[in-house]
Formats: sequence, structure tokens, C-alpha cells
Amino acid sequence: MTQAAATDDLPPALGEIVEDFNAVGAQDRLQLLLEFSRNLPPLPERYADHPELLEPVPECQSPIYLLTEVEGSGEDAVVRLHFSAPAEAPTTRGFAGILHEGLDGLTVRDVLAVPNDVYNRLALDEAVSPLRLRGMAGMLARIKRQVREKSAA
Amino acid sequence: MALPYDDDPRFSAYTHPERLVSTDWLARHLGSDGLVVVESDEDVLLYETGHIPGAVKVDWHLDLNDPVTRDYIEGEQFAKLMSSKGISRDTTVVIYGDKNNWWAAYALWVFTLFGHPDVRLLDGGRAKWQAEGREMTTEVPSPTPTDYPVVKRDDGPIRAFKDDVLAFLGGQLVDVRSPQEYTGERTHMPDYPEEGALRGGHIPGAQSIPWARAAAEDGTFKPREELEAIYLQEKGLRADEPVIAYCRIGERSSHTWFVLTHLLGFGDVRNYDGSWTEWGNAVRVPIVKGEGPGEVPAR
Repeated sequence: MTQAAATDDLPPALGEIVEDFNAVGAQDRLQLLLEFSRNLPPLPERYADHPELLEPVPECQSPIYLLTEVEGSGEDAVVRLHFSAPAEAPTTRGFAGILHEGLDGLTVRDVLAVPNDVYNRLALDEAVSPLRLRGMAGMLARIKRQVREKSAA
Repeated sequence: MALPYDDDPRFSAYTHPERLVSTDWLARHLGSDGLVVVESDEDVLLYETGHIPGAVKVDWHLDLNDPVTRDYIEGEQFAKLMSSKGISRDTTVVIYGDKNNWWAAYALWVFTLFGHPDVRLLDGGRAKWQAEGREMTTEVPSPTPTDYPVVKRDDGPIRAFKDDVLAFLGGQLVDVRSPQEYTGERTHMPDYPEEGALRGGHIPGAQSIPWARAAAEDGTFKPREELEAIYLQEKGLRADEPVIAYCRIGERSSHTWFVLTHLLGFGDVRNYDGSWTEWGNAVRVPIVKGEGPGEVPAR
């Protein structure tokens, strides 16, 4: 495994995702991203009617909104992630799906410890283009900021 | 062996109706010899979620841009790309995409840099095809490679560079970005900060005509008389004088380039693909802020 795809500093679920992306060829990586896009859970009903609670992620080329919940306070509190993105934005949905599967249910400590440039390890540069990948960095940065704010309360 | 033109009466008033096909026409001709349908989207995965049967994908980022230099691919790479998509020099290419055909128009413009003879847009794009409940598939075709010739890219007639624009100040410049980008209130579109610029505003003398004014509700192009009312009567553009259009990276202005060139018959329209991401970051180029075109500096 290449240096870029190191996983030992990642939470296990996210580490597995990184390994999966690196284990297949470029065309299959797109299919894998598409699966994450399809598997992104819908927004819970309690938020569906409250778009004002969701934070937009303008770094993404297509509209996406995210919301974190922190159950408890302090570093051991549990983080829940919710996303809302249209079906016509599968790349953005795919990034959200990766973050959801990789981070949902982790502690505040573990979420904050995720490297900001983890998107570089998915080997998606050639399949998606670096410019588009920056959207994922924007999502992660916003998740971390919300988690920091909400766990401090 | 080009395919017949779409004689849809909606197109007949345009200067070059042969550059458009309707969803009906495409549905009738799908699978014909000599036709290749190309999907070109902003979202690189959208094609994979389902596309028009038989369509191949061309991505503006990955296929049409040079991966290192900020430029388009060269003739060899274009020939290779065309071959891999099953496109010959005499193939009728119909391009469609998301977002009112932004990226489809951009791809068509790049095909034009290489002089591909018969390249058309699907009026209304992907959204119209889908809204009409027409067939989509996730099956990816495996085209037989063709022998596409290596054609030198010819930028001159339809592409402008920064120095061309500097020498053109005082001519008909069209800024197709949002009003907030034009005034300088914002240096990027709300959803696109990563392609921002250090300075906001517009090129002196440029008229603000947001690209979307050319599109009807359903994403098709407006009828000729409505387009003339905007570009000729309201903005006072002259079809017999040269025009340079720009936006942020040249994709929305490709849409306007298509409208002016093929629908309204302007004789000399160039797309400044460096656009605001170059101009708004360049040192010592003149910029005007606010709602009016502004004073053009003496040269």
C-alpha cells in the first residue's frame, strides 16, 4: 500500500473505505463512489421541514447541506451526521456517503482527529479531478467545526 | 454520412438550426449509424447514474482540459479521445448535459476548436429528456475505436486570451455571470468559492447579460425573437461587430457563444475562457465595479 493510502491514523470504518478505494481500478472507483451516493441515508423527518437548521457547504459544486448532532458533551460524546443533497449531484452525495459511513457514531475525539486531507487517500484524483475533491474537504471542515462548537456546550 | 437535420419548426428561425436537435428527433434517431450521443455534465458521476441509451461520456475536467497546463488538450489527445468514443470525423455528434447544457455547450465549443464538422446540442439537455420520461440506462457502451485524424486545434476564430481582451477594450464585451459577480459584490458564484478571484467586478465596458436569460423554463433556448429582444434591442449588440464573451472559467460563456453564433448568427464571437478566474487575479488589468459597464481606459 502506498504512503498516500495509509490508514493506521484513521477510524476503522474510514480506514476500510480508504482501503476499498485503493484496492480497485479507476473505473471501479467511480462505481464505488456511486454506491456511496446511493446509500446515503435520507435526512431524518424531524429535519426535513427545517432547512434552516442545515448548514450549506459552498465548497461543493452542487448544493449539499449538512447537520451534526452531538449526543452528550465533551470528547466522549457521540457524533451523528445528517446530509441533504439532490439525486442530480451524485459526486457530492458520494462524498457525503463516505463521511457518513466513515464517521457517523464515532466520538467527538475520533471525529476531530481525522486528518483534514483524508480525501487525498481515496485515489480519486484521476477519476474525479482534484478540484471536485475539495468539496469533500469543505464538508469535513464544517463537520469538525460544528462538532467542536456543539461538544463544548 | 451526416444525419438529416432536425426540421422542427421551433428551430427554423435560428441562423443555424442544424446545430440543434429536439428530444423527439433524438429519440427517433437513437442507434443510427453515423450518430454518437455524448453526455457532458458538471457532475462527473451523473452519467453513471443513468444516461440516454448508447450515449458516451466526455468530462470537461478529465477529458478536455490538459491535466497540467491550464489549456485544452492538443490534436493528438483529441483524436485519441474521439477514437475511444467511437467518433469519426464524419460522425454526427449530439451533445447533452446537466444544468441547462452548460457543460454540453462547453464541450461543443471545444469540439469546434478542433473543427469537428457536425456537432449539435440536444435542446433542453438531460433535464428535458428525463422530464419527458424517456428511456435512460446505466449500460455503458463499448465503442469500436475509430481512426480519427489528428487535427491541429485552431483557437484563433473562437477563443480569446487575456491580451486579446486588453486589445479589444471598447469592443462588444459580454459578461454572462450573475449580477452580483458583475458588480463585484461577489468574486465567485455562491456555490463555487474554490474558483474565486482576488478582485471583484467586471472588465471595463462589458455588458451584463447573465447566460440564463437565453434559456426558457424547460431549459430549451428561447425563440429567436425573444433572444433578439434581449441581445439586440435591450443590450444593443450588433451582429456584424465582433464580440468576446466571458464568465468565470468559460463554461457559461460557451452557452452564450452558442446563442450568439448559432442562434442569432453573429459573425465573430470569441469565448474568453480565462475569464474572471484569470482577469480577477491578474496584476494591473483594469476593472470596473458596480452596475454600469464603466469607463474604458485610454490605451
